[in-house]
Amino acid sequence: MKRFIGFIRKEFYHIFRDKRSLFILFGMPIAQIMLFGFAITNEINNVDIAIFNKSKDATTEEIINKITASKYYTNKQLIQNEKEIETVFKRGKVKAVLVFENDFSKNLIKENKATIQIITDATDPNTANTIANYTNSILRTYQQIVNKDIEIAYQIIPETRMVYNPELKSVFMFVPGVMTIILMLVSAMMTSISITREKELGTMEILLVSPIKPFQVIIGKVFPYIFLSIINAIVIVLLSIFIFKMPINGSFILLGLESVLFTITSLSLGILISTISETQQTAMMISLMGLMLPTILLSGFIFPISSMPIPLQVISNIIPAKWFIIILKGIMLKGVDISFIWKETVILIGMTLFFMGLSIKKYKIRLE
Amino acid sequence: MKKENVIEATNLTKTFGEFTAVNKITFEVKKGEIFGFLGANGAGKTTAMKMLIGISIPSEGQATVAGYDVSTRPEDIKKSIGYMSQKFALYDDLTVKENITFFGGIYGLKRSQIRIKSEELINNLGLQEVSNDLVGSLPLGWKQKISFSVALLHDPKIIFLDEPTGGVDPITRRQFWEMIYETAHKGTTVFVTTHYMDEAEYCDRVSIMVNGKIEALDTPKKLKEQFKVDSMNDVFLKLARE
Repeated sequence: MKRFIGFIRKEFYHIFRDKRSLFILFGMPIAQIMLFGFAITNEINNVDIAIFNKSKDATTEEIINKITASKYYTNKQLIQNEKEIETVFKRGKVKAVLVFENDFSKNLIKENKATIQIITDATDPNTANTIANYTNSILRTYQQIVNKDIEIAYQIIPETRMVYNPELKSVFMFVPGVMTIILMLVSAMMTSISITREKELGTMEILLVSPIKPFQVIIGKVFPYIFLSIINAIVIVLLSIFIFKMPINGSFILLGLESVLFTITSLSLGILISTISETQQTAMMISLMGLMLPTILLSGFIFPISSMPIPLQVISNIIPAKWFIIILKGIMLKGVDISFIWKETVILIGMTLFFMGLSIKKYKIRLE
Repeated sequence: MKKENVIEATNLTKTFGEFTAVNKITFEVKKGEIFGFLGANGAGKTTAMKMLIGISIPSEGQATVAGYDVSTRPEDIKKSIGYMSQKFALYDDLTVKENITFFGGIYGLKRSQIRIKSEELINNLGLQEVSNDLVGSLPLGWKQKISFSVALLHDPKIIFLDEPTGGVDPITRRQFWEMIYETAHKGTTVFVTTHYMDEAEYCDRVSIMVNGKIEALDTPKKLKEQFKVDSMNDVFLKLARE
């Protein structure tokens, strides 16, 4: 036990004396959560639009007021002729132009019909789509208000409810993802690098010749990272609660336990990587290319798994992060208990045992 | 009085698939002896040594180190030996004192023992001024001496040195050999691999490995007589050319 404490103290010296490790350990989580929380977002806010109002009557003014009053749009400029439409798009600031046809009010009264053209800048398809949808819904609401006294034979009014994230805040979607990435990065990459560093320096050999047992070496090396990962997980959860108002609907204890489980899964991956790589650089490359990229792309963190082609959907099943993200979203947003996520938990435990078994086998072969 | 043997190897063999790295080597090393284990790169020195220090299992034959069988009791061997690698492996980002404390700790030394030992070591090597400096900032020759002293912290019966003088200048090498003599004088057996043939002259007895076999084993003096040459270098060249 005393040996073990000495070993862990040494490991902390390594971590705290290396600025790069410190940055990855503590700078990255905060930077990432802030980036994903504030900068990278699917929502639109204060998008600049331009308006080309050919009729300039009471109705069009009323609609324009409605639109610019919403928090989504800021009316940047009024356009005077057709040619200007293209110029404003080319300048790039304006993302959408609304064109009201001639005699808008008159047409509406006379023919019960008038047109607004919504032109969006689709160089960014997501934003263009969202703008079009928002504008449509503002117009629909306006119509309903205007028509409320008139009897219509029958009409279907869809009533949509977005459960678990009613405001469709994208940060709610990113927090579980970022937490997964950070735990994976800290646990798998940092441990594989720190174990291979001992190999490179030759100290691993000294440790193997000493009475300390190989599994004690490995546990001594990964223990500090379990500890730091848990601190990171706590920091991320606190940041998301206090800065992004993320609800944690489920149990904190379950959240903690599942995070520890995923940390151990990642650590066992890190150990596996360290058994197959001889240098720190190899370990880092394998961790980044083999773990981080698939985790970011295929775990459902950014791109929904259900819209991937079938082969990729199948591959996504072997990515531990996919299951952890499902667990996290379940606990944080849906507030589920273990009976809803036991399947994912069992899969993670199974993967952990598999990776550990494989590492032990690889390790034994090396020793032969 | 005949001195006891601390290492005994009989037909020790290690094969990797078809390749025989160490081929039936037989030798013994006496207590307090400086035993030089020579051979060209790839002759099987390192593989043989790995079996003796308990991190590689022999394919055939047997060996005892400090009275323990290498195949069945490697854990006991590890407690009785010290080991220094050619990389002088210490932790660069730990201070001299922290390195001593750490390595003392993994050999199970008590805190009070470590304190005494570490003071002794620092005074012996004249490291008082740098004992709180990071090892990474010290010159190679110092690292080598610290690494050697650290390997002796737990008073092992045998110390294994794997090419301990690679990359250091002749004066430092000379000083290092003085440390080895002193250690052997105190009764610790020294098992050293090297490919500097002038160093072979300093050993009590040397063995020369060629292609996995021990081709010569005696005192440097007798080997030179046997091969009718003036230096160990020529002995080695004669053997290697055959």
